Amino acid sequence: MKSNLINHKIITLLKVQYSNMLEYRVEIALWAISGIIPFFMLNIWTNNNLNESIDISDVMLSRYFLCAFFVRQFSVVWVVFSFEEDSLMGKVSPYLIQPLNPFFRYFAQHLAEQITRFPFAIIIAFFFFIFNPESIWIPNLGILFLSIVSTFLSFLIQFLIQSIVACLCFWTERASSIERLLFIPTLFLSGLLAPVVSFPAYVKTWIYLTPFPYLIDFPANLLSGNATNISGGLSMQILWIFLLFPLFKKIWSEGTKKYTAMGS
Amino acid sequence: MNLRKYLKVYKKFLHTSLASELEYKTNILVDLITAILSLIGSIFLLSIFFQNNGYIGGWKFEQALIIQGIYTILNGITNTWFNPNLTEIVKHIREGTLDFVLLKPIDSQFFISLKKLNPSGFLEILLGFFLLFFCIRINQINVNLSFLTLSLITISCSICILYSLWFFISTTTIWFVKTWNAIEVLRSFLYIGRFPLNSFSFSLRIFFSVFIPIAFITTIPSEVFLGLSQLWKILLEVIVATVFLISSRKFWLFALKFYSSASS
Repeated sequence: MKSNLINHKIITLLKVQYSNMLEYRVEIALWAISGIIPFFMLNIWTNNNLNESIDISDVMLSRYFLCAFFVRQFSVVWVVFSFEEDSLMGKVSPYLIQPLNPFFRYFAQHLAEQITRFPFAIIIAFFFFIFNPESIWIPNLGILFLSIVSTFLSFLIQFLIQSIVACLCFWTERASSIERLLFIPTLFLSGLLAPVVSFPAYVKTWIYLTPFPYLIDFPANLLSGNATNISGGLSMQILWIFLLFPLFKKIWSEGTKKYTAMGS
Repeated sequence: MNLRKYLKVYKKFLHTSLASELEYKTNILVDLITAILSLIGSIFLLSIFFQNNGYIGGWKFEQALIIQGIYTILNGITNTWFNPNLTEIVKHIREGTLDFVLLKPIDSQFFISLKKLNPSGFLEILLGFFLLFFCIRINQINVNLSFLTLSLITISCSICILYSLWFFISTTTIWFVKTWNAIEVLRSFLYIGRFPLNSFSFSLRIFFSVFIPIAFITTIPSEVFLGLSQLWKILLEVIVATVFLISSRKFWLFALKFYSSASS
């Protein structure tokens, strides 16, 4: 009975957010386009033959960057910006009264947005293959499944990190600047701009202990068929989720105790 | 007389926006750290490109640093003036407060382009200048009067082009209402301004010099720094900047004819 109710909640939330997102198709298409930086990077890599030094062929590198694009598309998180706006506008108060953690609402929003974004990402990939026909490949089903799982885990890690930052809104009014700060290491260390294999040795020694390479580099390597440690990567992702989730719960309960509605 | 009035108004703008931004002091500190990290990140990325190659697109590492310096300055200017103001246009149009701007006995473009200011961008501009000075030392650039004037001219032209691009997109808000994501697309395109134009393939080079003149923005001033630039390129940049400025002005006046306030 209870699980039925939860199912019902999840489906309703997703439906509402999906129809909401469908209203903003152009927005989401533009957003998908704004994620094409990996392709510019690929262009620099192959045009200057930089990949020879890291022993990845042109084809494998182009697959890597295409996958990095895909992983990024389906792990973009903006919960901190929504939450900041809602908290400044005083919308958080009614959400808190509801018997549902407001972060479920944001979570559904992100999932719905990913579903809306999917066709646009496919179109961009289609154009990519027109320009680079030699890089077409079909990953086998097992790998495809594992990379979808790891992309989702990467999304979860980022969602948790951003939710923790978003909870800082209870203490400071502008938590989004902290998110912008955290975005910088995410951008440069996650493998969106350059595969982690190409990093200098002094970075490679410690980077695998941080969550960053598991955000884009690991799922992209997995999907594109480049060499990677599958079980190690997945377990690190799960480990990070287990580390971050209690932290989020803690900060959420502290924050809601601290929360006073605007104007009080 | 008119100019004096505008100067006086601008002083007031500076005063009010500084006063409101300084309310968030930790925010400014966080933004400073973000700017420093982002510069370190881009130099790190550049060093990856150069770790086994002496040249990229015919540029040495020390020379490519100049591009980074100029990009950092321009990015600082964007964050100080363009970003806070031109995203405000979206708000003005959605909420109908553009009416009040239009009613003021002052040029509307002046008002909406300069009303706000984000002081944390200054630090980025300073960082960019430090990097440039450093580059002048390590590249043994001869600083003389013609060098200074030429670099000043080209950098101001870059600022004009950048401003016009931002203003163009913001103006389209009058028809499309929400252009947040179009700005994101512009931002991601501007990202390639961090690298020498020659490091991209021929088709991308054409695209970024003809359709979106990002190539002009950083590459030409950097060439001036190295004393490589031909006179026609500088002249071309001046012409492009003028055309952009004039057409963005014309476009704004044209778009205003379609403005019908909110909910009408």
